[in-house]
Amino acid sequence: MIATYTRRELMVVAAAREIRDGEVVFVGMRLPLLGFGLAKATHAPNAVGLFENGVIRDRPAEAFIYTMGDPPNIAGAVACLGLNDVMSLLQQGRVDLGFIGGAEIDPLGNLNTTRTSASGSLVRLPGSGGGGDIASLAGRTVLIMEHEPRRFRERVDYITSPGHFQGRRRGGPATLITTLGVFDLTGGRVRAVTLHPGTTPEQVRQATGFPLAIDESIPATAPPSTDELAYIRKADPDGFWTGDTMKAG
Amino acid sequence: MHEGDAVALGLALESGIPFAAVHEIIRQQRRDLTLIGPISDMAFDQLIAAGTVAKVIAAWVGNVAGGSGYGFRRAYEQGIPRRIVMEDHSNFTVGLALKAAAMGLPYLPTFTGIGGDIVRGHPRIRPVDDPFGGPSLLAVAALKPDVAIIHVQRADVQGNAHLWGNLGLTVEAAYAARRTIVTCEEIVPEEVIRSDPNRTVIPGFLVTAVVEEPGGALPSSVQGFWRRDFEPFLRYHQVSRTLDGFQEWLREWVLDLPDRQAYLRHMGDAAAERLRIHDRRLAAAANFAP
Repeated sequence: MIATYTRRELMVVAAAREIRDGEVVFVGMRLPLLGFGLAKATHAPNAVGLFENGVIRDRPAEAFIYTMGDPPNIAGAVACLGLNDVMSLLQQGRVDLGFIGGAEIDPLGNLNTTRTSASGSLVRLPGSGGGGDIASLAGRTVLIMEHEPRRFRERVDYITSPGHFQGRRRGGPATLITTLGVFDLTGGRVRAVTLHPGTTPEQVRQATGFPLAIDESIPATAPPSTDELAYIRKADPDGFWTGDTMKAG
Repeated sequence: MHEGDAVALGLALESGIPFAAVHEIIRQQRRDLTLIGPISDMAFDQLIAAGTVAKVIAAWVGNVAGGSGYGFRRAYEQGIPRRIVMEDHSNFTVGLALKAAAMGLPYLPTFTGIGGDIVRGHPRIRPVDDPFGGPSLLAVAALKPDVAIIHVQRADVQGNAHLWGNLGLTVEAAYAARRTIVTCEEIVPEEVIRSDPNRTVIPGFLVTAVVEEPGGALPSSVQGFWRRDFEPFLRYHQVSRTLDGFQEWLREWVLDLPDRQAYLRHMGDAAAERLRIHDRRLAAAANFAP
């Protein structure tokens, strides 16, 4: 039996599926944090998580956390170091996978979280945080986005987190997980891999501000199993991150 | 703290943000400050919205749980209450800039940011050749704060400071800054510090002032002392959407309160008790016998 689930719960499951066993993962907050815990609990028990505040964990926090600095994310950690320490591991090439969110994306996987004039007037966004570093230095990146036309732009106003470009040393965007589907970004273009159940190709085209490859026979994203849902609801009991109203970016 | 100082704070990222000091800076109406930090969960937004800030050197300014910082947006987009200059960074370039200063170097090279817009035409980041013939890099110039403000669990009267949990850029900033102010949950006898020298992240000779200020980081968390008080972050996010809402918040939580003790009383004993960590999970003892 498949229980009902939210889009964000499905996105957490999709994020977890991107993590391979034994990988070193730059985790980040919100959905990827839950995805990391879910992967650890299921198919990737040997994955290791790095947090930009300097925390290294190989098991999920024991209690719900709002931020990576909350006490349950420190208790039971493998190590508590500094930002430059974990960023150095990233620069050295020892991080397989990093997750990044963005306010705007273009077909090359460039993300903008700095400033935009897409609505006609200037809007200042919070900035890079560690996103630009993960985009530059991780072995591959998985991007997490709200799927809305104003966010999917032919060209972003500002490249906070670089996508594919000539002369890139390593990595680059591999997968994009949105509120509508899962997309492959490896070829420097956006190709739909699965659409979330109930989503049509037409809906995705409407919600994407640039052309994208999408087969009419595209499969549906596999829904969460009851075990996966049980894990997510234990980790996020009030649906703070995975309820229907929380923003993913 | 002086007018026009470059101040580094919020260096551990989401935990240990020295909010007591932040609110005192606002009460003392320090002006034309430059703020330095990696991310800045709400503290930079409050300082900017209160009109104390001329420039921000940071990777992220906002409210981690809520998203946008509306005070930052009003200043950047509309010049309210005043225009600010923004020097955008990534977390790592802030870290390298402080590390270079901490090491006494003019710059540190890095591969981060190549291909993106942050480093394009940046006042502190320039392309540099590898003298050993490798691929070209970016040089991140040293950044030396006038003041670093750091909240820790305990320190002795000399300022020797123990901090445990995530460190973020705490060490780099304390080593780089001309003056370092330590606020702490408790002042302890120097024997406590010397019993575990590996936990001393800031040696006292680098510390200009040490202040016992329990709860001085609330509503952010302090490992072993305070849970994160989530509600004030969300409430601030909501009320600071409008200038009036911000002013009202500022009066209630900063201007009308003389100090941090008054802040704790205003929170209410029940709320403070709910956040205080009473559980104990002590580290195993380490034998330092000679």
